[in-house]
Amino acid sequence: MPTTPDTRNTAAGEPLIRLTDVSRIFPARSRQGAPVRALDGVTLDVAAGEVLGVVGYSGAGKSTLLRLVNALDRPTSGSVTVAGREVSRLTERDLREVRRDIGMIFQQFNLFASRTVWGNIAYPLQVAGVPKQQHRERISELLHFVGLADKAHAHVEQLSGGQKQRVGIARALATSPRILLADEPTSALDPQTTAEVLALLRRVNEELGITIMLITHEMEVVRSLAHRVGVMEAGRVVELGDTYDVFATPQHPATQRFVSTLVEKGPQPRALDRLRARHPGRMVTVSFRDGQASPADVFAAFIERQVTFELVHGGVEDVRGRTFGHLTLALTGDDTAVAEALAHVATLVEVSTPATSATASGKDAS
Amino acid sequence: MDRLVELDSLLWEATLETLLIVAITLGIGGLGGLLLGLLLYTTRAGGIAPNRVVNVTVNLLVNFFRPIPFVIFIAAAQPLARLVVGIGIGNRAIIFALSLAAAFGISRIVEQNLLSVDPGVLEASRAMGAGRLRTILTVLLPEALGPLVLGYTFALVAIVDMSAVAGVVGGGGLGAFALTYGYRQFEPVVTWAAVLIIIALVQLCQFAGNRLARKALRR
Repeated sequence: MPTTPDTRNTAAGEPLIRLTDVSRIFPARSRQGAPVRALDGVTLDVAAGEVLGVVGYSGAGKSTLLRLVNALDRPTSGSVTVAGREVSRLTERDLREVRRDIGMIFQQFNLFASRTVWGNIAYPLQVAGVPKQQHRERISELLHFVGLADKAHAHVEQLSGGQKQRVGIARALATSPRILLADEPTSALDPQTTAEVLALLRRVNEELGITIMLITHEMEVVRSLAHRVGVMEAGRVVELGDTYDVFATPQHPATQRFVSTLVEKGPQPRALDRLRARHPGRMVTVSFRDGQASPADVFAAFIERQVTFELVHGGVEDVRGRTFGHLTLALTGDDTAVAEALAHVATLVEVSTPATSATASGKDAS
Repeated sequence: MDRLVELDSLLWEATLETLLIVAITLGIGGLGGLLLGLLLYTTRAGGIAPNRVVNVTVNLLVNFFRPIPFVIFIAAAQPLARLVVGIGIGNRAIIFALSLAAAFGISRIVEQNLLSVDPGVLEASRAMGAGRLRTILTVLLPEALGPLVLGYTFALVAIVDMSAVAGVVGGGGLGAFALTYGYRQFEPVVTWAAVLIIIALVQLCQFAGNRLARKALRR
């Protein structure tokens, strides 16, 4: 299989997928009901060779967003462009050709139960009019790529969930598309299988150079796969950025909620109340980022000034090879020494005071 | 019993006639039902090719014809039979009326079974660039094949049942035979001979249908 980066008919700097001010309004379901604004002015680019993860809760509009890219659905307003062609304006007939260049995998796999594994992967080849003599080589190549060479003639219901998604991936890649759309690809899988499927998707991106647009509600999926993350809430993209930045310094409250499912910035207020009861001293949370001072530098600063510190909460995380973390420390020692040490540490890294349940509820603003 | 021996050749002739009537009806009515059922399924709101006008029209048509008891339907359809097959009585007229009635009945069975297909696989097919007709022929129908075979088996048994009243317009078959030579001539043995053959036919149809469906479902 080719491993060269994808540069086919896309001018330098031109994104492979471009959504411009896209809205999608679904008509009301009943006479009394209001129309549903599933997407509300979304503007988003995906560069060739990139993995873009879109996260959001159910109903945030991420599925609608993904389905616009291969025009399974069309925007109410705005435009969707794929490799320079405005797919939102193409006829269903013209779209057939475009869709052969866009593979898609699904949460529920959507394999054909009436066909074998082989028959499932052969289907897109048949649709694309690939001569039958070429099927055998292509299908066996794909089966080896996804690690299911021994399952070629198995029926779909004989496969495990992870195997089904591998077949789904092989089927989506059959016509050598430039883009893979992944609709919650691991949400129906257990953690172990999820990791295997994610590793396979990473190979799809890195070895085959295929651009992936992925939607999920699992931050773990985004962390291990996406180069960039978009966070959706109520039909809008509320935050978009490099995966590391989004994890290390989430800006929007929705993003902070999502990130906190993996990494908490300091203990929850109630947990802090309990920690305070057990640990004397002043509680601070120090936040580390790649390229700034390390925990060792911070600890040295405390030790130098004879401030005793105890680690009560937190940890260090890795996103695509770059680390960040939040450590909550209980500091004891001479008051001026503590103040001096904190002033120094604040020049190295971000320092914050974790909220107790009293400050969190706004009773105590100090 | 002696009477039955005398009627032996007539009984076999009637059996063959029933088989012929049922087979032709299943062919024509089955195809008509498949097309009508596909029309009902594809044109419904949110379907593959939503079309309110077509959907409402076909629905009305099916609902109009389906409740008519078959004995009355034969008489009501007689003028139409003359127009289409050139004759209002006999086996040709009966096959015409049966096919028409079967098509409307089967259309609902087809619609229901197609609705059981996961819309996700149709969307997958569309996402791979398949057109509507291809999706219908290569995904929708194969995915629904098992239940469809069972549905058609059910319809086949119903056609055997309906074909028994062929006698009212001069058609042949086991029903006409049982009424003419059994019931009207006070020969219960003759009636029961016809009944037993019908039961055997139905059993055979159901057995074959179950086997085919199992093969389609591979279970």
